[in-house]
Amino acid sequence: MIQLHLDAASGLSPYLQLVRQVRHALRLGLLREGDQLPTVKEVVAELAINPNTVLKAYRELERDGLVSARPGVGTFVTRTLTDATLASHGPLRKELERWLSKARLAGLDDESIEALFLSTFRSTSRQEVA
Amino acid sequence: MTPVLRTDALTKSFGRKRALAECTLDVPAGRVVGLVGPNGAGKSTLLNLAVGMLTPTSGTIEVFGEAPASGMPKVGFVAQDTPTYANLSVDDHLRLGEHLNPGWDHALADARMERLGLDRAQKARKLSGGQRAQLALTLGLAKRPELLILDEPVASLDPLARREFLGDLMEAVAEHELSVILSSHLVSDLERACDHLIVLVDSRVQLAGDMDVLLATHHRLTGPRRDSLPEEFDVVAATHSDRQSSLVVRTDTPIYDPNWTVTQLSLEDIVLAYMGRRANAAQPRTLEAVR
Amino acid sequence: MIWLTWRQFRVQLAAVGGAITVMLLFLAYTAGGLPDFDDQFLAAFKSDALLGAVYTAGVAVVLCVPAIVGVFWGAPLVARELEAGTHRLVWTQTVTRTRWLATKLAVTGLAAMAATGLLSLILNWWSHSLDQAINAGQKQNGLFGVSRIAPPLFEARGITPIAYTAFALALGVAIGIVVRRVVPAMAITLALFVTVQIVMPVFVREHLGASSATTVITPRNMMGMMASINPNGEAAGEVHDLTVEFEKPGAWLIANQTIDRNGEAHRALPSWFARCVPAHAAAVGRAPFSPQEAAACFQRAKDEGYRQRIRFMPASRYWTLQAIESAIFLALAALLAGASFWWLRNRVT
Repeated sequence: MIQLHLDAASGLSPYLQLVRQVRHALRLGLLREGDQLPTVKEVVAELAINPNTVLKAYRELERDGLVSARPGVGTFVTRTLTDATLASHGPLRKELERWLSKARLAGLDDESIEALFLSTFRSTSRQEVA
Repeated sequence: MTPVLRTDALTKSFGRKRALAECTLDVPAGRVVGLVGPNGAGKSTLLNLAVGMLTPTSGTIEVFGEAPASGMPKVGFVAQDTPTYANLSVDDHLRLGEHLNPGWDHALADARMERLGLDRAQKARKLSGGQRAQLALTLGLAKRPELLILDEPVASLDPLARREFLGDLMEAVAEHELSVILSSHLVSDLERACDHLIVLVDSRVQLAGDMDVLLATHHRLTGPRRDSLPEEFDVVAATHSDRQSSLVVRTDTPIYDPNWTVTQLSLEDIVLAYMGRRANAAQPRTLEAVR
Repeated sequence: MIWLTWRQFRVQLAAVGGAITVMLLFLAYTAGGLPDFDDQFLAAFKSDALLGAVYTAGVAVVLCVPAIVGVFWGAPLVARELEAGTHRLVWTQTVTRTRWLATKLAVTGLAAMAATGLLSLILNWWSHSLDQAINAGQKQNGLFGVSRIAPPLFEARGITPIAYTAFALALGVAIGIVVRRVVPAMAITLALFVTVQIVMPVFVREHLGASSATTVITPRNMMGMMASINPNGEAAGEVHDLTVEFEKPGAWLIANQTIDRNGEAHRALPSWFARCVPAHAAAVGRAPFSPQEAAACFQRAKDEGYRQRIRFMPASRYWTLQAIESAIFLALAALLAGASFWWLRNRVT
């Protein structure tokens, strides 16, 4: 079962953040078909958010065909978003971990690592588009 | 469905001081309503009127279609500073709830006590602020009301206690389909938990409506400095620097004027804009609730 | 609601209940030591220090209980809730303000009245021989010679303490609702209650059916007066406080006044009254005037229409008076209680 959280500094509305987190989990294979999502009660008790926010998020995921709500039981994953690339996640993650330890050894703090990654990511994305 | 709270030109004065002036509200059921405003705006007064602790000076107020009175079974209340009987133990308070409420949910009360880990023999005066708030919340929830009203319940709690309190409250809303009216001067708490907002400033209702409607119809417009305010939309607040004007506006229609850069507003920005307005220029702005 | 009232109230109940129980035990324990009733009962009673102490204590406790109930049970009943803000907790449970107050008043009221009633009952039973002795004419100085119809015993015996307790409780509750803070409410309740308890015997009670007896002033019935004689042996200055003997065992002597032919009372009489020397003074040779002068004075007094008027409450009126005064205080209690309900419903915001 995944843990959902809210980032107050994110520009996204709460329900969109929840949708995103579930989709990420689905992509990364953390959630597989048949897994149950946290119940509305559980999410709401942990995050202190309005139940409608969670319901809205789950409804959108249901509309996208990713989950299905079974009344009285819970909400279950019906389709994942993993694809052939899932197999490469393992080695890629290892490489990332190596890179991260190198960056830390070089003396970068968390903020610098994040800034370096994001700027490189964006500039490479633009290059690909161009 | 009967609105949970309806007021019509509700006014409450204490002697010459006007605590609440000409408030007209229509709050639908099934919402978590946030009541926000600076200290002294009249939030406590409105909530105390809703539970029958106070009687109006003029105007009307109805809760579930009836005038509020002491001892309503459908309405629970957690008062400001969560009053408890100093010399009564936690267990005594629960027995109080059991004896005084025919609808008392014994299992719920026990389950909450179990989860909170409170010492049931402890006298209320020895509890911390957070524990007292949780005890008061237990009393309010175990009564099984249809509407729970809370007056600044987390104002004096540390962030962890606040999160736990609100989390428990939201869990109860999810489980029992409870309507809630909750006042606070912290917009961030309300933003997470509420889906309907009432802004009270200087004893008047400045804004009332469903949260998503509010967020969709308020925008910030920035552009070159203009001393005359545009007529086509409702300007809530305006700030000017020597070269730039920044307006907070309310409008239902899209804004096409290329002179303005339109940006999103956070809930806190919207509330602050209303809180900054002068009282005598205020007109109540009630948005249609989206049902 | 009854459980809650009991729970909030149990310490006060224990305190007063404890004190009363101790008193009851003393009374029960000493009852066996009361001397047999005879002509010398009162003297025998007074000479027993323990009996005297128990009686005095019993009277004192009964006199104090209403005030204690009013101040410690009544004043905080509502005031404490308002001061602490707990009314916002309890009045939002499923109980109306009216039912809340009614239960609290009923439980504390009944407890208070029952406790006072029990104590008064036992004290009455214990003092039965004392009453008999006094009503038969035995005399004694101090508390032991006071008839039960006279203050302060009238307030400590019979059924009036029960009515006072009800009144004090209702007074305390009403003051507490209006003042909304415990300590000032206690002080005001005490002050008002004590005032009423003084005003009643001093100003009001005699109008509840006192009897009057008028008599001519004679050398034999006159007890004394205050007169001044100048060095020449002449009567000079006004005469004050002329009193006449009054023989009515067990009665409460309210006033012993000289009235003129129009029925008006005079404290100061003309100086010639000084020659009316009473017989008992002449007998011991303390007569500044001759018997002839004295006789002439008495005759003159009679001719000019001067009489002595005694106002008194006869012993036979005891239970009637108890009933009337109790009814007055119970009515006051009911009025205050009604006012409390109204104030609580309509004005406490």
